[in-house]
Amino acid sequence: MKGQQKQEDRYEIRFSGSGGQGLITAAVVFAEAVGVYDGKYVCQTQSYGPEARGGKSKAEVVISSKPIDYPKALELDLLLAMNQAACDAYFYDLKQNGLLVVDSGLVEQHPTSRIIAIPFTDIAKDEIGRKLVANMVALGAVGLLSGQVDLDNLEKALLARVPKGTEEMNSRALQRGIEEARKINLDDLPRAVMSDDYDEV
Amino acid sequence: MSEPTKQRYLLQGNEAIVEGALTAGCRFFAGYPITPASEIAEQLSIKLPAVDGTFIQMEDEIASMGAIIGASLAGVKTMTATSGPGFSLMQENLGFACVAEVPCVIVNVMRGGPSTGLPTSPAQGDVQMARWGTHGDHSIVVLAVSTVMDSFTVTVKAFNIAEKYRIPVILLSDEVVAHTRECVELPAKSEIKVIDRIRPSVPPDWYKPYEGDARGVSPMAAFGDGYRHHVTGLIHDVMGFPTQKPREVKEFHLRQTKKISRGFSDIQMTKGYFLDDAETFVIAYGAVARSALSAVQEAREAGIKVGLLQLITLFPFPRRTVAPLLGQCRSVLIPEMNLGQMSREIQRVNQGMCNVVKYNRIDGKFITPREIYAQLTKL
Repeated sequence: MKGQQKQEDRYEIRFSGSGGQGLITAAVVFAEAVGVYDGKYVCQTQSYGPEARGGKSKAEVVISSKPIDYPKALELDLLLAMNQAACDAYFYDLKQNGLLVVDSGLVEQHPTSRIIAIPFTDIAKDEIGRKLVANMVALGAVGLLSGQVDLDNLEKALLARVPKGTEEMNSRALQRGIEEARKINLDDLPRAVMSDDYDEV
Repeated sequence: MSEPTKQRYLLQGNEAIVEGALTAGCRFFAGYPITPASEIAEQLSIKLPAVDGTFIQMEDEIASMGAIIGASLAGVKTMTATSGPGFSLMQENLGFACVAEVPCVIVNVMRGGPSTGLPTSPAQGDVQMARWGTHGDHSIVVLAVSTVMDSFTVTVKAFNIAEKYRIPVILLSDEVVAHTRECVELPAKSEIKVIDRIRPSVPPDWYKPYEGDARGVSPMAAFGDGYRHHVTGLIHDVMGFPTQKPREVKEFHLRQTKKISRGFSDIQMTKGYFLDDAETFVIAYGAVARSALSAVQEAREAGIKVGLLQLITLFPFPRRTVAPLLGQCRSVLIPEMNLGQMSREIQRVNQGMCNVVKYNRIDGKFITPREIYAQLTKL
């Protein structure tokens, strides 16, 4: 299945890590920002049941300007991995020019040099004061790096979802993530060596 | 959100069923939590009391079904939601709802079976059970949803059919549709057609609870509003009392069948894609219809003349839509997350007109567009 045209109007993100890192919440906020506030088509799915409690839990967001038929991710444009197990398991689902974003404090072995490593958990712990909001630091970075969402809308969606009294902390975490991602120049990343076209191998 | 306006919401399929039920006027829910249907009960336990409705968590699914039948007889629109194992327990009382002509909606969010099976995996294994699960000859309507928007609109439709024809309606969802979040614009209440059961207009003494009007549907009095009548699971005469007279028994059965067959044009819902010039086509329903649509679009881009017929109504089987397509096309592919439950129906209608190809997955995994595309290229 080639489907060049199709891939253009489909952008797929996977948030992955271990159960309890708040990756589903991050994906839901992202989907809400893109769907409800930006007005694009969006499908959000997640691992469910025992799968969601193990070492690699995942939540996916598919974004398109057209109605989405297949709701789950097929070839990722962006993979966020918040631990080594998730990075190892899902790296091969990335597209050739897809972006791999990892928590540099938790993912030590990099499967490729084409990688964006940001210490999300350390930033949350040391700068915001709560390890818990690492997911929101990551959400900010994913928001900027994907280029798929209006960052103001992302914050609006976030504030509508989080418990009362934690708005300021979550918003600060999100902004730190965005700030950190701004330092990255995507053009400086090495070009992918693997080809999407299996026939050429 | 119980009074939906034209605003965008990010909802799961299960949440959209809740919104659909409330919009259609459901004011009574009795159920027992089960994966992957629990969100429906969870949401309704908050939202029903807010609109003066009743939510009861019952001791099991047998009692849940009994409770919604009782509430419906008392004049309220009712629903329950479950998955395979709970649906098995509901079959006995479901038969009672058929015989006593009690309108109600039963949602079955399908998971892997049989028995406790694969609680968190999607499947479509309850399709024939939805049709024939309760014993005896009976007419029933089975609908299947494939998107979050469908989960809203088809739920409204399910209530309308239940009320209009005085029958239980089964709504099949699956784990994929139930837990996928999508953005939906829920229509305003004024834009939605809601049908309520017809109540008797004759004086109480003249009321014949099972006589049937021109459509074969009897006006339905609520318990307590003065129309004293008898309700039984035994085959009954027009007054609702048990009968064994062959003529009355036959009339009872024929009226129940006819009231549905007369409503075929209203009940049988399908969606067609690229069918006009199709040389081959796919028949799919539920979440699999989404993968099928993706594969069919891909195939069209590659120049393959293939179409898709999505079934929303599984039973009564939409023969009048399917048969002409079987005549038109060379081959039909039926992808299902079971070992071929709807393909039986298609083969029954087909009678050798068209080459019927099955594609089945029963490993608890969702069928991907790639798999369907690979099958399409071989048709």
